Amino acid sequence: MNKKELGLGLLLVVISAVTGAINPAFLSLVNLLNMANLIGLFGVFALGEGLVIITGGIDLSLGSMFALLGVVFIDLLTTYEVPWPLALLAVLLGGLALGGIQGFLVTRLKMQPFIVTLCGLLIYRGAARYYTSDSTRGFGYGDEAATLSSIASGNVAGIPNTFIFLIILALVLGVLLHRSVYGRWLYAVGKNEEAARFSGINTNMVIATAYIISGGLAGVSTVLFVFYTNSVSPSSFGNFYELYAIAAAVLGGCSLRGGEGSILGIVLGTALLQVLQNLVNILGIPNSLNFAVMGTVILIGVLADHQLQARRRRKMALAGLARTAPKSTREGQQGAAPRGVDALPVRTGDQA
Amino acid sequence: MADILFELAGISKSYPGVMALDDVSLRVYRGEVLGLIGENGAGKSTLMRVLGGVIAPSEGVIRIGGTDHARMTVNEATQAGIAFVHQELNLFENLDVAANVFIGRELLVGGPLKLVDDAKMHARVMPLLERLGADFTPDTLVDNLSIAERQLVEIAKALSIDARVIIMDEPTSSLTISETERLLEVIADLKAHGISVIYISHRLSEIMTCADRVVVLRDGRTVGELARDQLSHAAMIRLMIGRDLKALHTPPKRSPQPGGCDIVGLVTSAFPDRQVDLSVRHGEILGLAGLVGAGRTSLARAAFGIDPPLGGEIRIDDAPIDVASPREAIRQGIYLMPEDRKKSGLVLELPIRENVTLASLLNYAQMWLVSAPAERKAAKEQVRRLSIKVPSIDMEAVTLSGGNQQKVVLGKWLSMQPRVMFFDEPTRGVDVGAKSEIYALMRELADQGVAIVMISSDMEEVIGVSDRIAVMHEGSVSGVLERPQFSEYNVLQLAIGQALETVEAAAP
Repeated sequence: MNKKELGLGLLLVVISAVTGAINPAFLSLVNLLNMANLIGLFGVFALGEGLVIITGGIDLSLGSMFALLGVVFIDLLTTYEVPWPLALLAVLLGGLALGGIQGFLVTRLKMQPFIVTLCGLLIYRGAARYYTSDSTRGFGYGDEAATLSSIASGNVAGIPNTFIFLIILALVLGVLLHRSVYGRWLYAVGKNEEAARFSGINTNMVIATAYIISGGLAGVSTVLFVFYTNSVSPSSFGNFYELYAIAAAVLGGCSLRGGEGSILGIVLGTALLQVLQNLVNILGIPNSLNFAVMGTVILIGVLADHQLQARRRRKMALAGLARTAPKSTREGQQGAAPRGVDALPVRTGDQA
Repeated sequence: MADILFELAGISKSYPGVMALDDVSLRVYRGEVLGLIGENGAGKSTLMRVLGGVIAPSEGVIRIGGTDHARMTVNEATQAGIAFVHQELNLFENLDVAANVFIGRELLVGGPLKLVDDAKMHARVMPLLERLGADFTPDTLVDNLSIAERQLVEIAKALSIDARVIIMDEPTSSLTISETERLLEVIADLKAHGISVIYISHRLSEIMTCADRVVVLRDGRTVGELARDQLSHAAMIRLMIGRDLKALHTPPKRSPQPGGCDIVGLVTSAFPDRQVDLSVRHGEILGLAGLVGAGRTSLARAAFGIDPPLGGEIRIDDAPIDVASPREAIRQGIYLMPEDRKKSGLVLELPIRENVTLASLLNYAQMWLVSAPAERKAAKEQVRRLSIKVPSIDMEAVTLSGGNQQKVVLGKWLSMQPRVMFFDEPTRGVDVGAKSEIYALMRELADQGVAIVMISSDMEEVIGVSDRIAVMHEGSVSGVLERPQFSEYNVLQLAIGQALETVEAAAP
């Protein structure tokens, strides 16, 4: 756990403690479990978003993907009465496929991630609304997928399955990002794609994979959200959720320039956002201020992080200078490289 | 030509450890074309940057119109009528010609809104373009102009500020022959109007055509001046080199072995109409010399799969290999130490350890999971072998000196099995001590049977380190020198595209 995550965790604890002191209901078991459920729901796709952001890209299409995959999912279960494992598989594959298309456009066709996924946002939402003629889809009174429903929205000893699922996913992705070869490549590509390419890394594949993972997790999230709300209204389902994911990732230490961020940070970022939302309710702050509070905290958080980093970098630069001095400037080298016998190996041999 | 425009007297510029300019004096007369020549790194560009006010000289005075300046600012230089036509053109491609000419001093309609008066700027630029014989209008987007046309825009910009001297740094390096002739006509016309031109070029025949006088720089000093009637290729080359190289060559431990890397008819995207043929044997260091922009880096990038070749073939030990991507090239044992280590060689923000293992990480992993002990061991081994001076392998690469950074890039490749290695300017920005270590390492690698191609613009390095030298000129290899033929004169002769007069053995 590095300093950034420690700071974030500390902030989370302090905010919770203060809120709990003002209104003890915040720390009631019911409220905590409710928050855990929401953290689980929002954390799953925030992790995917985080991977994309580490490549230096962005995925704006998640919320619309939920709507499109959501209506298809419910339709498969209710109208076509497809067995739930098949419907689940279809939604997962759908998410992977959409992520794959976006990854292809970004890497092979060199389109900007912002534009590709913005178009995705518009297209998927439009497709979802057209497909349902803008009508809400929901489950009837039959239990089309009772098993899946109880997996997605149930709990183990009171702990929501969504939260448990997030923890497992975070562990898996944590190993992928922080221990595996792929994770290392992801950071290298995010920081310096050219140097990564010069090291023989298939940078396109690395980046596209991040979009594919993000799409797949969007498929998983779709299922979780569908069973959370039990119906999908195609024009509003998942609206702005991609922004929650981006906010969580940024709050958790991801830089939109790429190459930075951690799984733990993203999870903590998601948790902080949910705590803030909850706090607005619990403290009786007008609900309309919800977004404003979130925005303010993110702004302050990122600002503070920048200041701390700049200070750290100055300190390191000074240390570096002291160690390597005296060193010749790059400009000087360009003007004239050091020449003379000194520049040659100190060995004797035949003379040219 | 008694009319002196300005004078540089005793200009020196030193950087820590390097004298970029050493007591250089230069006079420019009204209405003359002054040729300025010298090898890569002789100090031409530095001198011009002093004149343009971009850098301050350590010593000396700049005398303009009777007043002495210890240094100039960019504004003072502009006011004194000094204008640049840059090697890499400094134009805004997204703006039109008139906007570029007036950039930073836009004509305004007046009033508090500071609105730009496009009509007036267009009207002012039109006559300048006509005078230069340009066939585009002031409202053309620069993006749509050829390089030759962009140069005219730069010259128009110079004229619009009433420049009295225009400095052209390698203006013809990307021009076709007819465009070059056009430019030389424009220069003659400028001269006829009393405007002086300082013409920096490696192309001696152009200098012969247009210069009234030539000043030769070498190692930051003025080494000679030739009047119009003294100009000849031989005289210029002699002045450009004219120094004894005390290069100490470390011979290979054993003679080059059969087999190696053959590049046959390779076509690079930088020079689609040229072919490159080159052979390097296992166990030898082949120096690849040539002027900047001769296609050496393009060749290395093509062979390493960065810009896959458009045609031709690369063979290692007579087996054709595929270099469609760096990954393929690396799999075949072809490695490249790139020219710009900060941009292409290292991920500066990552620790040394991760940089060293970046290209070979799968070797230290099981089931795609990195084994930290194996990785640390590999990184430590390279740090020890290359004597990289760092307190810890977990330091970020950005904190290292140039020489140590270069060694980290080297370590990245040495942790695998190279067969052919391209070094692109391996010692640029590297201190003297690290330089000799890098040379020794290259020799060690060659002795282990690696075929080494060393691209270098440092003549001393090329002659001192190579076993053979191939020289490139405008996209193809213009000649290969064996050790007895090594001389600066021969290398330069080939680099500017002249045939060797005789296959003379250079005086040892």
